[in-house]
Amino acid sequence: MFPIQIRDLRFSPNGRAVLDGIDLELGSEGITLVLGPNGAGKSMLLRVLCGLVAPTGGTIAWGEGARPERGVMMVFQHPMLLRTSVLDNVALGLKPLGVPAAERQRRARAVLERIGLAHRASENAPRLSGGERQRLALARAWLTRPRLLLLDEPTASLDPSAAAEVERIIREIRTDGTRILMVTHNLGQATRLGDDIVFLADGKVCEHTPTQRFFTRPQSTQARLFIQGELPWRMAF
Amino acid sequence: MFTSTFADALTLLATFDARVAEIVWLSLKVSGGAVVLGTLIGLPLGACLAVGRFPGKGAASVLVNGLMGLPSVVVGVVVYLFLSRSGPFGSAGLLYTPTAMIIAQTLLVIPLMAAIARQVVEDVWQRYAEELQVMRFSWWQSVTTLLHDCRHSLVVAVLAGLGRAMSEVGAVMIVGGNIDGATRVMTTAIALETSKGDLPLAIALGLVLILIILALNALAFALRQWAMRRYA
Repeated sequence: MFPIQIRDLRFSPNGRAVLDGIDLELGSEGITLVLGPNGAGKSMLLRVLCGLVAPTGGTIAWGEGARPERGVMMVFQHPMLLRTSVLDNVALGLKPLGVPAAERQRRARAVLERIGLAHRASENAPRLSGGERQRLALARAWLTRPRLLLLDEPTASLDPSAAAEVERIIREIRTDGTRILMVTHNLGQATRLGDDIVFLADGKVCEHTPTQRFFTRPQSTQARLFIQGELPWRMAF
Repeated sequence: MFTSTFADALTLLATFDARVAEIVWLSLKVSGGAVVLGTLIGLPLGACLAVGRFPGKGAASVLVNGLMGLPSVVVGVVVYLFLSRSGPFGSAGLLYTPTAMIIAQTLLVIPLMAAIARQVVEDVWQRYAEELQVMRFSWWQSVTTLLHDCRHSLVVAVLAGLGRAMSEVGAVMIVGGNIDGATRVMTTAIALETSKGDLPLAIALGLVLILIILALNALAFALRQWAMRRYA
């Protein structure tokens, strides 16, 4: 599956280039943070990678073989919560894998322990707070042991303590051997979590460098302006 | 005349008149059976229309919506043709039996329940589709998951089906024959007794019919309130 080599990836619905020739290579380990202004194509890149959207051009090479049928998961900014218990919501991730119901529940309980939600296993999921919802979504994805986990702003609109807990879980998932590609707007979070940074602007990769170097010596003007908070906010029309 | 008719009707109900009880019981069996079958067929059908991607999906949705207003006498005539002695299922001997009435009412309620289910499930599907696709849910797994998630809202579809089944008269009259003690249900009995001038029995049955519908709606309302509290 690794390295994932993205070459000249394009997505242009109705003639507007959302992804405009992305070139990127992802190794098998670590956390890569995707930064960029609104409308840069960050979320679309994740959607293309997990197969939700077919690119209009370019190639994605998944290591030696074809795109894996399983092993790529994505957690959304507003995760789906079914009107059932927390445990059942987490166990849901294993349903398509054909895991028997009892085993699904056992594994879901184990992962709930690791994310600190075991005490709420039998409660109704829609009653969870924003931070707990994201932890549940991460647990659901983690349960399937993905090789690549795509996270689309998982801590957006969370308070600092909830965001810190989500970050702890993300680190633990990484330690467990999952490659993570995460979109964020939070530069502090990028410095805490990211091994490397991919900076997107106008659907292109402007920069792909180790985190420390990105923040101390950004190579592109757009990245420098973005870090300084001076990159003009662009309407995504 | 008016008050005495009502008084007689209430007397029939208060004394648990055997004739009234028999007709009410058969009505509940026939309409209940039709709604159970309609639920088993109509709800998955509606969910499949919401989730599925296939050529002619739009036409299928229009057809299901259109069939919601299917005249019950038309369904009655079609089922009659199929079950009559010279029809393809004539040898089964089902005409003028409660089974024939259940078949006719099932055909009436399926489009209604499917159309409501399609709308309910489609709204949820639009929010969940991407995540279920990422988790590699199959088409059928998505259908069953969404049906379970929408279960409280789908009570409306079941109730609508029950209301349609219990209140229709044309189809059951044609395929049931309104035979006393065998296929006489509340609606056909009301029509017959009114034409005969036996208004107390007609009114007594009408009151029972209204009470049943009200009770079911109250139950559905309570269930939805409970679900809203439980699932925030």
